[in-house]
Order: sequence, then C-alpha cells, then structure tokens
Amino acid sequence: MSHTANHPVLDPRFAQPFPKAVLPVLRNPQLRKNVAHAIDVIQAKRAKLVAEKTDWQELRTAASAIRTHALENLGFYLEQFEERCTAAGGTVHWAADAEEARKIILDILHAENASEVIKIKTMTSAEIQLNPFLEASGVKAYETDLAEIILQLGEEEPSHIVVPALHVNRSQVREIFSRTMGLKDLSDDPKELTNAARNYLRQKFLKIPTAISGANFLVAETGTVVVVESEGNGRMCLTLPKTMITLAGIEKVLPRFQDLEVMLQLLARSATGERMNPYNSLWTGVTPGDGPQRFHVVLLDNGRSSILAKKTERQTLKCIRCAACMNTCPVYRQTGGHAYGSVYPGPIGAILTPQLMQMHYAQSLPYASSLCGACYEVCPVKINIPEVLLELRSQVVNQERGKFVRFFDPMYLGLRVASVLFSRAWLFHTAQFFGGIGARLITRKDGWIHSMPSVGGKWTQTRDLRGFPSQTFHGWWAARGQQPSKEAK
Amino acid sequence: MNFGYLVSAMRASLFITCYNDTLFPETGRAVVTLLERLGVELDFHPKQTCCGQMHANTGFRGEAFSQAKRLVRLYQDTETIVVPSSSCVAMIRDQYPGLIQELGNAELQQQFRALLPRIYELSEFLIDRLGVEDVGAYFPHRVVYHASCHGLRGIHLGDRPWRLMNKVRGMEQIALPNLDRCCGFGGTFSVKNAEVSSAMLAVKMQDVMSTGAEFCTALDNSCLMHLGGAMHRQYAGMKTIHLAEILASTEAAPAEALA
Ligand code: SF4
Repeated sequence: MSHTANHPVLDPRFAQPFPKAVLPVLRNPQLRKNVAHAIDVIQAKRAKLVAEKTDWQELRTAASAIRTHALENLGFYLEQFEERCTAAGGTVHWAADAEEARKIILDILHAENASEVIKIKTMTSAEIQLNPFLEASGVKAYETDLAEIILQLGEEEPSHIVVPALHVNRSQVREIFSRTMGLKDLSDDPKELTNAARNYLRQKFLKIPTAISGANFLVAETGTVVVVESEGNGRMCLTLPKTMITLAGIEKVLPRFQDLEVMLQLLARSATGERMNPYNSLWTGVTPGDGPQRFHVVLLDNGRSSILAKKTERQTLKCIRCAACMNTCPVYRQTGGHAYGSVYPGPIGAILTPQLMQMHYAQSLPYASSLCGACYEVCPVKINIPEVLLELRSQVVNQERGKFVRFFDPMYLGLRVASVLFSRAWLFHTAQFFGGIGARLITRKDGWIHSMPSVGGKWTQTRDLRGFPSQTFHGWWAARGQQPSKEAK
Repeated sequence: MNFGYLVSAMRASLFITCYNDTLFPETGRAVVTLLERLGVELDFHPKQTCCGQMHANTGFRGEAFSQAKRLVRLYQDTETIVVPSSSCVAMIRDQYPGLIQELGNAELQQQFRALLPRIYELSEFLIDRLGVEDVGAYFPHRVVYHASCHGLRGIHLGDRPWRLMNKVRGMEQIALPNLDRCCGFGGTFSVKNAEVSSAMLAVKMQDVMSTGAEFCTALDNSCLMHLGGAMHRQYAGMKTIHLAEILASTEAAPAEALA
C-alpha cells in the first residue's frame, strides 16, 4: 500500500531508484529554486555562527565522543533511562519494529478513548508511517509544527528533516491555506499566513487532550526527554494535553544531563543557524498538577540495533538530525528531498535509510553521492558519511554481483574486466592500445568524442570527451629513454 | 633556467595514475619538465597501473584491495612518490588503511605503513618536500582555479595551490565563486547518476564561466575532464589545463595547451 490517505507516502519499499526519482525534480525550475534559496539562507546563517565559535572543532570532538560512548553502552543507558523515567511517573514501552510501535501507540490511544491526537514534528513517526496508520484505525492526527501543517493540509511529503516544507514557497503556502481553510482573501504576507495557522492551531490545542511527540534527546541520568523547536507550538503540545506519548529511536539517549551543554550548542548552530534554540522543552516523567498527567515513552528499535552491531556503520546512529549534511550537499541542492524516497533524505538518509531497511531496499541511495566529503566536514558529531557510503556500496555489490542479470550489466562487466587489466601492466597497456583504436572510430574530426555507446552514452549526453592521445605517457617515457634525467644528475 | 641548486640529488618516482597515463599524457610530460627543471631526478616505474579508486568507490572492495596490494608492493623500495592527482592520493591515504587492515596480512600492513609518508601529491611535493613556491613559470593568461573536493577536503591541500600560482609570472587569477562546491564528477557517479551529475555540472559551469577566464585549472584531471567536456560541448570558449602544465610553462617552452 504505497497510497494511503490519498497521497503517496515516503516509503523506501515502494520508492523508485534514485536516478529515476530525480528526473521530474531536475526539470522543475520552481522546486529547484525553492530548495536552493532555502538552503542558501540556512547555510549563510550557520556559517556565520560557526565562524564565531572559536572552539567549534573541540565541540565537535566532544559531541562525537559523547555520542560514541552512549552508543557503545547503549543497553546500560537505555535501562537507566527507563528506570529513572519510570520512577518519575512515566511509562516506558519497547518496540522492536514499526508495526509494534504503531500498535503500542494505538493501544494507548484506545485506552484514552482518543479519536483525535495532536502531534509535534517527529520524523520518527513518519519513519513508522504513523499518520496513515492512525487514520486507517479511526484516529485523526493533527500536525502542529507550521511546516508540518503546510504538508498535511497540502497533502505533501516532507523533503527535509529540520525544515520539512523547504520545497514549498510562500505563495504555495498561501494557496494551500486559502484552499483548505476556506480563506479566499488570504495574501502571502507572512503575518497573515502565520495568523491563519495560529487560528487553525488554537482550536486543536484547546480541544484535543492527547499528544504525540518525538524526542531530540533522552537523558539517561535523569530520565528526561528533550524537545527543541522554534515556534512554541511544540511547547503548547507538551503542556496543554492530559496525555503525552513520546516516540524516540533508541539511539537518542545521552548519558548525562550535562551533555546537553555540548549538544544544544552544536544542534542550534548546525540546524537553524541560531545561537540557542528558541524553545527547549525538558520534562521528566509526570509533575502533579502541571502538564500531561499520563506520560508514555515508546523506544523504537526498527533496525537500529543491527546497525549498532557493525563497526563502520555504527557511527550512523550518532546523528542528531541537524540536517547540516543535506544543507551542504551538492546533490541534495539539485534534487531536494523527495527523490530519496524516505523521510530521511540527503547524505544521512543515503546511509540511514538502506540500513534501516536491512539493505533490502533503497540500494541506489549509497550511490546518490559524488563522495565530495562536504557532509563529513560539517557534521557536528563527525559522522564520516563517505566512509559509510563506501561500506554500503560494497554490501550492495556483494548482493548484486552473483546475480545472473548483473553478469552482462555494462558497469559490473566493465569493472570486472578493468580489475583484470589493472593486475598486469602488459594487459593494461594492451587494453590502452585497443581502446585507443576503438576510440578513434568514434572520434570526430575536431579530436573529440561527441557520442559514446552503452554506459559511455551517459557521459556524452551532456559532455564531450577528448579523443585518446596518440601516445600514452608510459609510451612517451619509454621512447624518451630518460635522457634529460641523466643530464640533470 | 636551472634550479638544480635548490635541491641537490633529490630523487622521486612518478605515479602518473591510470587515467592520466591513458588520457592526459601531457600532464605527465609537464610534471617531468617541471620537476627536472627543479633538479629532481625523476624515475618512472613501468609496471604501474591504477590505485584502485574506481573499484573502491563503486563498492568493489576485493578488486580495490588487489590493486592496493599491487601498488604497495611495487613501490616498497621507492624513496619518494609524486602523484599529480589529489583524488588518487586521497584514495591511498583514506581508503588503503581500511582495505589493508581488513584484507591484508601483517607484512603488507607493515609495508604500507612505511610507504605512506613517502607519497606526495604534486603541490605537496613542491612545497613540503622541495620547499619551493616560485618554480620559474610564465603563463600570461587569465586563469580560474577549481579546488577539487579530494584536494580540498580529502587531503587538505590548503593554500598550497595558491602559493604556487601566486608566483607564476604573467598570470591573472580570478577567484571562483562557491569554490568548495563539487563539480559533480564523482567517478562512476557521473554515469550512474548522470542526470544529477549534469545538474551539478551546470551549476558549476555557471560559476566557472562567470569568471571570464581563458583557462580553468586544477590539480585533478578528473574534474577537468568533466568541466572540459562541458566546455567543449557548449562551445564555451574556455579550456581546461592541469596546474602542472601551467607550472611547467615558460617563455621558452610554453604549455602544450597553447599550441
Ligand atoms: S549526519 Fe551529521 S550533519 Fe547530518 S543530520 Fe546527522 S548530525 Fe547532522
């Protein structure tokens, strides 16, 4: 079921391979402009705030160490979190996969007799396809994050993990609001648009007593849940309802309360280019007479523990979802997020999605990178994304290379042959010789190749290739007899 | 001009790389001209082929390891190796350790550890090893420098290219906007994701062409092959040239690209 609630859901199981999925986007000037513009704004803010921080690299090192330590002792810290959160009045549930998480949440909602629920932006709930599931089970979920409202009302999917509606511009927001809220005279003035959203939201906040949130961090030492956001809508969700359900990936845990000092500095600057997040909500279990009186945490595995078991791949789980990697990624800049076919787009999505799918789906994503290394350079927790991409590529090749269809695949065939040629200099030189003759057949009078057969045609669809020179370098060197070198002695 | 006094009896071996050997021999010839002019006694191992980057980056780890092993063995007795390609140097520095650790025996690991510090990218060799910035070059043209991702973030060349370029007589440098953005080549990425690669190339071409330079230079012929292929396709009126060729160019013997 790739279509629930009348609109496509980002699901790696049904997504087209990346090279196909990008085609409509690349031909969409409006979308590419929206993405590039939004990214430029965030990037400029981030660059300024990172530059003013003289200990930025030390902070990254500290954050990387904290996250690595937490992951290496994840079992211990999760149990500590469970114990402290429970002691403070919360209820902790463990979900092995998406299905179990959805069931736990639905059971809680049934116990609450809830037919409606309000939500704070949570990518993890999108990961488990929660909204369409709830809707099919008779519970209507209302998003309260401004960007998520735009997407929900416009029946669109998120294209970014911090700014989910990044691909939508102001006049498109106006169109969506005016159509779905029945506001015929709405202008695209930001004030009017926010007012429209506020009116829409206030009714939900006042009426619906059950809420679902995600979590940026879980603090093991205190059993505290942390949510950071910029609008205050999250704060409303966290304080007004009677019942709160928090869905969090098991990797979100931090050992100590003090670790937030490092994490919150890095997250705000990396994500939105702010010194401090406007709203940082922290709560520990239940406080009598203040805020939700029933509190559940659903800890979601959904493939994470199998990532944790692998040495190179483990670093993927250090991620704090700041999106700096996608903001700097030259691929994401051209394609936006939808082509990744997952709620996690960009470089982190390219490594996280196929792993969450146990490498059964999304095998094209590890190849959706030119390996330029920009993501690794900005990542606040120092995830070596190119290294993980390469590891996943080798897993894809190992899966594929034995298959009969791959035997004649030009890419696989070419690389197998090339490997033999590179193993002996004389084979390599013979191949250069015959390659040169072959190239001459397709080289034009101007000395360039304008059109190549097979995979080569993928190159010449937008670039020429200079014809093979008449002499290789090693041929020239041999003919030269090393004369000048001897003179130089 | 003779700079032999700068470095007496410095010896080095040229690892030209497979694609330079096949497609860009003029870059190799320029490295020879340049280094010999600086008094380096240059050697070339005839059995060299490829560093394994193409295989490693496409996910063929076993094949990449075979090539890594071959390269380490081939150069185990060589004093200093110069490579006019930052992406191949990045391959050796970033990926060999993992490949050799995982698939190699203790002897190979030992050989690799001994070899690693003796491998230099061209601009590293000139500045760090020879200690020269002014190589006596003359290139009276408007030039834009493209910082390849592997040179910039892979092996951190830093200001080395500019220290060399600033001393080239007659050359006017024009700064490239968005210098740190990838051109979209990415090896097999350029054909596996040809359309995205082309979109990235289009954006990079806008920046490159906005400089109004005559030549676009870099320390990697792979990016230059990408950009140069687009320039030729689009009749853009700009040419690509490896920085080695600019540095080799003099009044008496101008770069081949000018012919
Ligand atoms: S991988 Fe790094 S840069 Fe990307 S979202 Fe995660 S923490 Fe941020």
